[in-house]
Amino acid sequence: MTRDAQPYADGGAEAPALVLSVPLSLWGGIDVETGRIIDRSHPDAGACVAGRVLVMPTGRGSSSSSAVLAEALRLGTGPVAIVLGAADPILTVGALVAETLYGVRCPIVVCAIDGIATGDRMRVSAANGRASIVHSSTV
Amino acid sequence: MRLTPVDTRMLNGAEGEGAAFAMRLLTSFAKALGAPSLLDITRAHIDGCLYHGVASLDFVERLVSGGARVRVPTTLNVGAIDLIHPELMRMPAAEQTPARRLMLAHQELGCEPSFTCAPYQTRFRPAFGEQVAWGESNAIVFANSVIGARTNRYGDFIDLCCAVTGRAPAWGLHLDEPRRGRVLFRLTGSPEPTESLFVAVGLFVGERTGERVPVIDGLPPPRSEDQLKALGAAAASSGSVGLFHAVGITPEAPTLRDAFGGAAPEETIEIRPSDVRDVLRRLSTAPDGEPITAVCLGTPHFSRDEWERFLPLLRAAAPRRGIPIYVNTGRATLRALESAGALDGLDAFGLRIVTDTCTYLTPILERLDGVVVTNSGKWAHYAPGNLGVRVAFGDLEDCLASAVAGRIERVVAW
Repeated sequence: MTRDAQPYADGGAEAPALVLSVPLSLWGGIDVETGRIIDRSHPDAGACVAGRVLVMPTGRGSSSSSAVLAEALRLGTGPVAIVLGAADPILTVGALVAETLYGVRCPIVVCAIDGIATGDRMRVSAANGRASIVHSSTV
Repeated sequence: MRLTPVDTRMLNGAEGEGAAFAMRLLTSFAKALGAPSLLDITRAHIDGCLYHGVASLDFVERLVSGGARVRVPTTLNVGAIDLIHPELMRMPAAEQTPARRLMLAHQELGCEPSFTCAPYQTRFRPAFGEQVAWGESNAIVFANSVIGARTNRYGDFIDLCCAVTGRAPAWGLHLDEPRRGRVLFRLTGSPEPTESLFVAVGLFVGERTGERVPVIDGLPPPRSEDQLKALGAAAASSGSVGLFHAVGITPEAPTLRDAFGGAAPEETIEIRPSDVRDVLRRLSTAPDGEPITAVCLGTPHFSRDEWERFLPLLRAAAPRRGIPIYVNTGRATLRALESAGALDGLDAFGLRIVTDTCTYLTPILERLDGVVVTNSGKWAHYAPGNLGVRVAFGDLEDCLASAVAGRIERVVAW
């Protein structure tokens, strides 16, 4: 199933989805060395964002999440794309910094996220002011 | 988003690669906020010189190599190293190298080496109504609330992009409507203006107001703006407050009606004397009477006024147990005190002055295995998590009495 989306950071990626039901602050929320979710109050604590298409309603919390995302993308422990229900300036900046400094692209797009489940195959593309996501259930 | 011809030129590289990079990040950030355009700023304060990792340093180095310079007077927040008192640092040399480089690289962009979390205590203090782009949570809330300057809560990368471009998104607390109060906090019981009252009110408001601008009514007139500094720092620690109004005290709230812009509060919350006591009790993680290993003052950085109040109290108390009394302060404040001879003969009392950084952020304390007494709500909030110490919060007089006794003593009643 294909959906139109709004692009905030360009790029393309294909990977399984990790869907978070509540927003995660990356600062204090993930271990940047591994990409694992370490915020114990988060329902998905223990899951790993590395190599996944991270899907969540929106970002949350400290502006230091920009640097955490950039650092995770530098180390290869970050998500390969982020799909949000609402735009998030802090994550957008982190992705753009990583792209400029390290050439690592993590497309960030905004669209309706209902019906996407963890493990679904996802394809995200954003370029030239356009974006789309394709997802299909694995079962 | 609407860009001016000047913005577009910068975006396209006419002002150099560094400025183009900063403008690209800023416009993407502004677009994600939903801002319709950018506006001019007159000053910036950068929270990026505390070393957190390679990406933060690489970012600043990219701006340096791209020929970027700040376009407005720009102050720097604390770094990880006390550059004036390096002998205090208990950090391995290898870790100090990138942390020092980060502080220096910011100066190469034209930033002022202020290295203070209290830029409002320097000659770079903005005036009422000025549009600025500030990082550091306590500085943001002070600028907005106590001065009436206008800034959003800027952080990582973006504060520096604003400084390099001289622009900020026309959004949020830069505009009139988002600055009006939403929630009314009403103090009951006519409390005395102690330090702990202002800290308690700040923590209480921060925990409950969420993203809504709080209005505080019934606050006694503060003894100095430092009490409002303590309130704001506490509110920005327990919550995400970027602006508060105190009726009859802060500049945009001469009356309750002004504070709410003529609208009704969405919610009214009472702060009773018992709430104040509860908040303060929760802030301390060690019981009264326990032995202490240090006193930490000056978070945010001690002002000249705070020194003027503290020094006579220190001389009168004359603690001689060898318990270190760390005081964080701005280097400009220290220079002024030194040239006035105000600090002579105080080493015997355990005074350790820390500049350029802060004792809750970086390895400075000699002992982490005991209880630290502080008069800072912010220090008490963060230090147990950051350093692993236990903490007792009290007024300045309590801190000094504890240093004299070698254990937690209380002389100021809550």
